[in-house]
Amino acid sequence: MNTTARLAAPRGTHGRLGPLWTFFFRYGPPRWSRYVVDHWTGQRLVIAVPYLWLGIFFLIPFLIVLTISFAHESPLDRPPYDSPFQWVYLGEGALKEGALQIRLMVHGYVQLITDELYWSSMLFSLQVAAVSTLLCLCLGYPMAYAISRASPTSRNIFLMLVILPFWTSFLLRVYAWIGLLKADGVINNVLLAIGIIDEPITMLKTNFALYVGITYSYLPFMILPLYSNLEKHDNTLLEAASDLGAGPIRAFLRITLPLSMPGILAGSLLVFIPAVGEYVIPELLGRTDQLMIATQLYHEFFNNRGWPNACAVAIAMLLLLVLPIMFFQRVQNRELQAARK
Amino acid sequence: MNAPNRTGGLFSKTMLAFGFVFLYLPIFTLIVFSFNDSRSVTVWASATTKWYGKLLQDDQILTAAWLSVRVGAMSATGAVILGTVAGLVLARFGPFRGRALLQGLTTAPLVMPEIITGLSMLLLFVSIEQLVHWLFGWQFDRGAVTITIAHITFTMAYVTVVVQSRLAGFDDSLEEAALDLGARPAKVFFRITVPLILPAILSGWLLAFTLSWDDVVVTQFVTGPGADTLPLVIFSRVRLGVSPVVNALATVMVLIVALGVILSAILMRRQEQRRKREEQMAATG
Repeated sequence: MNTTARLAAPRGTHGRLGPLWTFFFRYGPPRWSRYVVDHWTGQRLVIAVPYLWLGIFFLIPFLIVLTISFAHESPLDRPPYDSPFQWVYLGEGALKEGALQIRLMVHGYVQLITDELYWSSMLFSLQVAAVSTLLCLCLGYPMAYAISRASPTSRNIFLMLVILPFWTSFLLRVYAWIGLLKADGVINNVLLAIGIIDEPITMLKTNFALYVGITYSYLPFMILPLYSNLEKHDNTLLEAASDLGAGPIRAFLRITLPLSMPGILAGSLLVFIPAVGEYVIPELLGRTDQLMIATQLYHEFFNNRGWPNACAVAIAMLLLLVLPIMFFQRVQNRELQAARK
Repeated sequence: MNAPNRTGGLFSKTMLAFGFVFLYLPIFTLIVFSFNDSRSVTVWASATTKWYGKLLQDDQILTAAWLSVRVGAMSATGAVILGTVAGLVLARFGPFRGRALLQGLTTAPLVMPEIITGLSMLLLFVSIEQLVHWLFGWQFDRGAVTITIAHITFTMAYVTVVVQSRLAGFDDSLEEAALDLGARPAKVFFRITVPLILPAILSGWLLAFTLSWDDVVVTQFVTGPGADTLPLVIFSRVRLGVSPVVNALATVMVLIVALGVILSAILMRRQEQRRKREEQMAATG
């Protein structure tokens, strides 16, 4: 026991930094500095670097969101909430006596269930994500299949063509769809000129535009894991099946499809998870009367200044995504282990 | 080639063609209509390059682009440093207490919805502002610094994944040998490990830069007065409707990316050929 560390706090330090001083003198420098010298060798210091950064800028922010989701809303304050943890002074004396008051408000969470606005937008987000994932799968699977069957040279070119849009601005590629889908947009003009339709179809600001936009933006995320799975398939299995009399469809359903299940799962989750929380695409292409959950959160935070409610929405969104995310990590780990063998 | 492959091949090849049209038609129309001599971006009038002139005079876009370049370069550099360290720790340090937590912390930003990352970063910065104000009475504004910190945090996850998987692909015999010969760990890292994973570090830097350059949601949360990055400017303009200047900007950006990709493909091929030649020379003696 280090006696110097147990010095009493000097008198007259009860100001704002009072608790800090108390902490410093009670657990003072000698003990932990020696601990650092003894235990924190080079390797530990290196480990500490990413740990510190992610702790400060990822873990703590998350805890703040969790705290504020239980806070009391007070729209006139800056920031517009009262923290659930308040230090309350109980009496006046030589030493101010205080106590920590914890007041958890669940209003934000109750609203999620009772207010139709919130749960309908949550269901809508799930629906949009599911439909877009399905569309990506229907388009991406044959594409990945064709790429995996192509000759090595054209395979590399195809893969580059799949990845290339990823390097160009996502925002500008979504913007391009506005020009295509508008009432006087390219698609309507072409259809009118050919004579298929007599008057422009409304496509922008509909669910159709939203599905197209999300499918378009996330298609590469579906194709790449599918490709890396399909590429590993053993062709002799298909040959054996056809020798034994299986038709092409039967061979596909019984061999290729089951074997590519990990790729399908990984690709689907890579599309589904970000699609649920999508903000930019519905803002530019989607309906204005039915918002997705991320847009709802954004409005609540910036337009209504309802920080506790917005934080509750964020926590609910995370809970919504926890299952798919854990599932995704299990699929990934299994793939990694299979690759090591 | 046998029958099942051919029928399945025809269908999948059609879909492949359709898919590429789907992926590239929007980009193609963007480029075509940037040369259109009419305010409407969708009805063709005649060819012009006047929108490129307008783009060069557009101070808002140019300032924002310069800010985006600086933020992108700084956050990519920060993300590469932190991500390389994290990747090294995860791939090389073996089991240590808290490894699982670190792995979780580095991959979580990959799957976290951007809007939650943005919200939580903003709330952190607000809390820090309050704390600093309460302790020292200082005021500070959010802006380029807070944007950079936020971008580093969500892009370092990508760098970590790239570096970690690259390191997992090497066995550590070279590093072991250097350690056996008496090199200190830091020297081993800079002389052996870094040169080995340099391609991963470079592609991680480019990836982080692209993600930062392109980010709307997180930036919108953590930005402050007067710190509008290029995506924020584009987003606010595009919301109001189509604008030929944005088309011109898009064309310039697509051109730069295409040039970069082609250049890197050529460089990689040349390097591959040189390596093959050297191997042949070594084999023939």
